[in-house]
Amino acid sequence: MIEYAWLIPVFPFAAFVLISFVFRPWKQFSGYVAVAGILASFLLAVPVFQQVLGGAHFEKALTWLPLAALPGGGGEAPALQVGFLVDPLTAIMLIVVTAVSFVVILYSQGYMHGDPGYSRYFAFISLFCVSMLGLVLANNLLVLYMFWEGVGLCSYLLIGFWYQKPSAAAAAKKAFIVTRLGDFGFLIGILLLFSRAGTLDFTKIEGMIAHGQFDAGFMSLVGILIFCGAVGKSAQFPLHVWLPDAMEGPTPVSALIHAATMVAAGVYLVARTFPIFEAGPTALTVVMVIGTITVILAASMALVSNDIKRVMAFSTVSQLGYMMLALGVGAQGAAMFHLFNHAFFKALLFLTAGSVIHALHQLDEIEPGRSQDLRYMGGLFKHMKITAITMLIAALSLSGFPLITSGFWSKDEILAAAFAKGEYLVWAIGLFTAFLTAFYMFRAWFLAFWGEPRWDAGRVGDGESGRIGASELRTQNSEPARSPVHTPQRSHGHGIHVHESPWVMTIPLMALAVPSILSGFWGSPLAGSGGFVGFLEGSEAEPLNLTVMGLSIVAALGGIYLAWLMYGAKTLSPQKISAAFGPMYNILYHKYWFDELYNGVIVQYGVLGTAALMKLFDTIVIDGAVNGVGKVTRSAGAVLRQVQTGRLQNYGWAMYAGAVVIALAAIAGQFGR
Amino acid sequence: MTDVFASIAFYTFGLVSVGGAIGMIAARKLVHSAIFLVVSFLGVAAIYLLARADFLAGVQVLIYAGAIMILMLFAIMLTPGQVEAAGRPGQQLAAALVAGAFLVMTTFTLMGTSWPMAQTLSDKPTTEAIGQLILNRFVLPFELTSVLLLAAMVGAILIARED
Amino acid sequence: MFALTLNHFLLLGALLFSIGLFGALSRRNAVAILMSIELMFNGVNVTLVGLSRYVASANPLLGQIFAIFIITVAAAEAAVGLAIIIAIYRDRKTIEVPDFDLMKW
Repeated sequence: MIEYAWLIPVFPFAAFVLISFVFRPWKQFSGYVAVAGILASFLLAVPVFQQVLGGAHFEKALTWLPLAALPGGGGEAPALQVGFLVDPLTAIMLIVVTAVSFVVILYSQGYMHGDPGYSRYFAFISLFCVSMLGLVLANNLLVLYMFWEGVGLCSYLLIGFWYQKPSAAAAAKKAFIVTRLGDFGFLIGILLLFSRAGTLDFTKIEGMIAHGQFDAGFMSLVGILIFCGAVGKSAQFPLHVWLPDAMEGPTPVSALIHAATMVAAGVYLVARTFPIFEAGPTALTVVMVIGTITVILAASMALVSNDIKRVMAFSTVSQLGYMMLALGVGAQGAAMFHLFNHAFFKALLFLTAGSVIHALHQLDEIEPGRSQDLRYMGGLFKHMKITAITMLIAALSLSGFPLITSGFWSKDEILAAAFAKGEYLVWAIGLFTAFLTAFYMFRAWFLAFWGEPRWDAGRVGDGESGRIGASELRTQNSEPARSPVHTPQRSHGHGIHVHESPWVMTIPLMALAVPSILSGFWGSPLAGSGGFVGFLEGSEAEPLNLTVMGLSIVAALGGIYLAWLMYGAKTLSPQKISAAFGPMYNILYHKYWFDELYNGVIVQYGVLGTAALMKLFDTIVIDGAVNGVGKVTRSAGAVLRQVQTGRLQNYGWAMYAGAVVIALAAIAGQFGR
Repeated sequence: MTDVFASIAFYTFGLVSVGGAIGMIAARKLVHSAIFLVVSFLGVAAIYLLARADFLAGVQVLIYAGAIMILMLFAIMLTPGQVEAAGRPGQQLAAALVAGAFLVMTTFTLMGTSWPMAQTLSDKPTTEAIGQLILNRFVLPFELTSVLLLAAMVGAILIARED
Repeated sequence: MFALTLNHFLLLGALLFSIGLFGALSRRNAVAILMSIELMFNGVNVTLVGLSRYVASANPLLGQIFAIFIITVAAAEAAVGLAIIIAIYRDRKTIEVPDFDLMKW
């Protein structure tokens, strides 16, 4: 079965083609076709995974384009190949991608019901699955890069799905351009590597590195450049700015692409090219530093956000930072383990958020985006029990609630690895961020599901102090008397009808809740033969460090407790605390003004400045040249036409003069002979 | 002896015709140009006689020096009041250059060619022979020429008449 | 020098032609130009007659026949040309050739 692994991306591709060219008019069928496609992939991925669990390994490649031998390279002529590789790393990713994609596509049928672009959605999301699966199956950097660009494209198409909305179109552009910056470095890294190695195959390069063919400096350089791509795609600092805006896309898209799979591609890339990083320690340090910065940067911004999806987005960035951090300290297995777990519970978090948004969608008529605003939620527990409980499970997992959640095991693995490698500062930051993570996650949960309902119009609940920045499109609290739109009645729970989401949406929620708990046990001491890490790296896992584990538990529980005090029991007042942290709050609320910085420097000066220069160049040089040709022709014409005097004798003179010249030429020719 | 006389006669009449030609182009008044041209034509008629082309000499005097020049004089008479101003020096210089170059070139070409020379030079009168040729071998050009003359006559009358 | 040869005729013919050419290219009056053209015809005729006498050919009179026809055509051409000049004179009251530059750029 493993040799048929290449078929896995083919099923969603067939779905894409069928939806685009055949089923477009029949919207209902588009959904079914997409589900069928990804289900087929999943059903093929499972036996492949089982085979790999049993120790199988497979690679197959075809030569695509033979090239001429490089003058300074190795003796053999390089060639561009396409092929696929199935090893433990691939197998894990296959399961994650197919499973989460299947669940999300199922969920989308309910969420996107009635949308005019229904077929287009399923076509694009199937195409995304093709690209993501192709990416993880790639056996060399070239094929990987191709699919890398493919996921980027699908991300653009899906973020800007509601393209009539200017903010969505802008967000899609921003995502694509920012990741492009990273991809540029990535491409240079690939080219550099190819120039020295003559090949881009992972297995061959691994062999070359083992033979010590490259020096550490070169490896570090290539590693850092490849990491640039990961920084873009996984929204690490400083290219993290696109992910919060990417929430403009439909929520299932956020769940699949910007939580579970595409953003994880960066982590996968580093893991896949890990021999390069191991051989170039500087690159590894860079990965670690960037990961650490990202971890706390994103978590801090999640603390004060009022949009439930944005909280999730910042959380994703932060968790990806954890994975990079793990890679940076050399714990490749821990990073992938966290990726594996995170995919499930983060997707679940987004899908439950989507469920909440779906329930509150009528609020959007009062003010667009209000259905996502935490300040207008509250008291939803009794109306949406399934959503509330599944989100609680996911939140516990994200926070690292001890022992029973998957997030606990993987996050602890990372922190233990950092500690064991002696990176105490990194470990401390990671630990503090774990506290913050638990806090912001439960802040969101309590604000959404606990307390009194605030979703009747005009009342802002006991949320934040209400200071608004330019980057959030919320208006000030408006009293009902001044609101021009008809508002529902003020009484609790009446006015908008809030109910649980339909089965097609809640079943995926329940489906994802299971691995959010269980997937962690693979990395726990309960699993045999080294557990997850053993499967991946073929080595034994780190022995349990109970001190570190204890401190992690304290951080997680502490965060949850603080959130309960502030938003559950309302013992502490959020307003007083945010007032106490005054200036800090402002900085966090404005996301450290990164967007303004980038816009001011890069966009205004860099891009628009260059555009203005180019316009000048176009007007002066190009138009000048083109008009110049015309002008020269006119001038030449003006001069040359003087010959036509209209006078008979001039013409006669010219005739005879010509005859003389010809005769002389003939005579001279005679003499020459 | 006759050779010497012939060549002296040739130089004399050659001078006459060339002189007439130069006079024609240099004359201020148009009528003077016409008279000079007549002189030149008569000189050329004498040259024809020296080449034993007696019929042609007659034709030359009758047609050229006679009819054509009368025509020219009539035209001069019918277009009075022309002030023959001097031609612009630039144009004259250019014309002179081209004419001179043409002269040099033609002379060198013609005199440089080795013509196949005739063995004997005949001295017979030519009128009868020409008549025979025209009406036998060259009857077609003869007839065509008469058509041409008819056309020219009709055309000239048509163009020049008042209407 | 003292014997009459072909070259004498050729030189005379070329001379007459060139003088006629100069006149045709530099004079302003249309009738003067026509007269110069007649001179050019004469030069050609002289050359032809000379060649006819001194060069070996099937018939020694061929050149003269050619010259006769040239004279005939020259007469026809002079007639028509002068008719045109008279017509132009009637219209514009001038026959200065440099003034007729309607085909100028």
